Amino acid sequence: MDARLSAEQRELRAAAAKLADDLGPHSVLDLSDDTRVARLEKAIAATGWRTLRSDGAGGVEVAIVAEEFARGLVDVPFLGPVLADGLQPSPEPTTIAAPGGPHPSPEPTTIAVDARGISRVLMLTGNSVQAAQVGDAVTGVDLTRVTAEVAGPWQPVAEISPEQAQRWRALALVVTCADLLGAARGAHALACDYAKVRAQYGHLIGSYQAVSHPLAEGLALIEGTVSILRHAAWAVDEAAPDDAIHAATLAKVYCARAARTICETSIQVHGGIGNTWDCLAHVYLRRALAATELFPVRLEEIDCGLS
Amino acid sequence: MDYRDSPEEAAFRQRLKIWLSQRSREFPSADGDAYWAGQAAWHRALHAAGFFGLSWPKEYGGHELPPVYDVILDEELARAGARPRPSLGYLVQGLGRHGREELRRRFLPPMIDGSERWCQGFSEPGAGSDLASLTTTAVRDGDEYVVRGHKIWTSYSDVADWCLLLARTDAGAPRHRGLSAFVISMHQPEIEQRPLTMINGVTTEFGQVLFDGARVPTAQMVGAPGEGWALAMTIVAHEREPAELGFTARYGKLVRDLVARSARSAPAAPAAGRPPSADLIWAYVQTEMLYTHVRRRLSERLDGVAHGPEGSLDKLLMTETEQAVGHAVLAEAGTGDPELLSAYLYSRAQSVMGGTAQIQKNIIAARILRLGAS
Repeated sequence: MDARLSAEQRELRAAAAKLADDLGPHSVLDLSDDTRVARLEKAIAATGWRTLRSDGAGGVEVAIVAEEFARGLVDVPFLGPVLADGLQPSPEPTTIAAPGGPHPSPEPTTIAVDARGISRVLMLTGNSVQAAQVGDAVTGVDLTRVTAEVAGPWQPVAEISPEQAQRWRALALVVTCADLLGAARGAHALACDYAKVRAQYGHLIGSYQAVSHPLAEGLALIEGTVSILRHAAWAVDEAAPDDAIHAATLAKVYCARAARTICETSIQVHGGIGNTWDCLAHVYLRRALAATELFPVRLEEIDCGLS
Repeated sequence: MDYRDSPEEAAFRQRLKIWLSQRSREFPSADGDAYWAGQAAWHRALHAAGFFGLSWPKEYGGHELPPVYDVILDEELARAGARPRPSLGYLVQGLGRHGREELRRRFLPPMIDGSERWCQGFSEPGAGSDLASLTTTAVRDGDEYVVRGHKIWTSYSDVADWCLLLARTDAGAPRHRGLSAFVISMHQPEIEQRPLTMINGVTTEFGQVLFDGARVPTAQMVGAPGEGWALAMTIVAHEREPAELGFTARYGKLVRDLVARSARSAPAAPAAGRPPSADLIWAYVQTEMLYTHVRRRLSERLDGVAHGPEGSLDKLLMTETEQAVGHAVLAEAGTGDPELLSAYLYSRAQSVMGGTAQIQKNIIAARILRLGAS
């Protein structure tokens, strides 16, 4: 039993983190800097990480990149394309669709997620992989990703084995967990940095327990999230398919709760500024909320088992 | 990365399972005073069978196995419904790292094999979170020190043969520097025991110990005069890691028992069972998180990662989990089952013992997040 990352996995993390730090948005204003977005898109396309699955990489590697990209608020597609590649590799830029859409919706619908600049979309129904075109963009909670309507009709393009389907569903959950962890880490770091420069009553606010204790709790939640996610990411490929799904659903519930708490704490630590559009704290929170709703898991769905 | 057992680990697990299936019934899991009463025999039986002190040095009766073997032990103890392993790791670390070779050779083997029992005399009525303010004194008298003072929250003090004691040996030194550590015999008339009754009614876990002229040879000082604080910090850091405690598995067992209970008690539709409450499912999620966390932490030790303030993060996660399990108990069983109620009440101590949750947060804020003085 060994839960450590390998040297290669640590290098992958460092490379993904550097790319996100170099070219990701550092302010809300940066989100609308098309020149930066184009440079980021070019850099990520060059890494080949969107085809990690068809290149034989495991759930752990995909989760590492997804986590660092969320921490750096990377606002060009990764989660969608890497999951699409896991369903059916394609030379054409492709993302995935998931249940969702505007609320209230007259009927259940699917939306294309992570669709910036992408025209093709895949969905898994049972064991059948279906393809459609990406339609018009719709408003979503996440300011770092584009969601869009699906322009039907769905066409079946491949059939995968029940085991492959299970493993893909586990991977999809794990990638959203990694997104949650990354967003939580980013929001937490933002708040810690702020607590070291903002002074009130003549002292930095980080020196007050009312501020430092919620930040300490946040770090504990991050450590718990790292642990439960890492096991789930490993299980995607290595555990029995049912166990992989089980590990991923547990991780999803934990990661979603932890990330929301941490992002809310970040807003609170920033005080009034944290409640303004120009503070990045809500951008992390929004990303976390979107990741929670993508392949959602409700607490009651957890199988507590008796094994 | 591989969360599966290696062939050696699998063989160990198998051996352990067989032994537990044959022997664990002799040591029934119990709560309250019955639990503490049977713990010494359980410790000796585990050690005699080769299942205790797994990661400690062979020369002191350990097995020098990688730390992950402790995870296997905890998992299988919980699966078998057996008692958790005795928690001694912090004492072994404290004595092992700070004691001279003669002290280690004399005291570690019987500590590890369970033939001599130990307690730890740190906290005092006036020195809880602020441990360095302790006022118990040890005054040199020839080849001995004479100890006077009042210790509290001393686990197993009533059955202990030895106490790892922290006392002030230099009243003139700055408060952290005036402390020294000793191994003192608990078998002397100058030591008085006063049990404490805890909120769940347990009387044999925690005690108060009064030292009124008790004696300890100078040779039983651990480290040099004034080095007591360093030993105390080693001990509390280790005390804070869930990996050092067999508790993690205990939470898992309690959650499984509650799930089974919920499946049984469905008055409306006995065949279908009652769905577990949200509190129970959340406790289950937290328990599974803690398992994966302990596995990750123990794996990191294969790199020789020094555990400093990170133990405070582990302690907070462990506390959250135990108290979530406590709330699951209330949601599932209310207050009607005395054993379960006791488990709930006991869970409130987890955010106090081994350093309060607030002290852990101060440590994390100051030493990991570097947020400035708290």
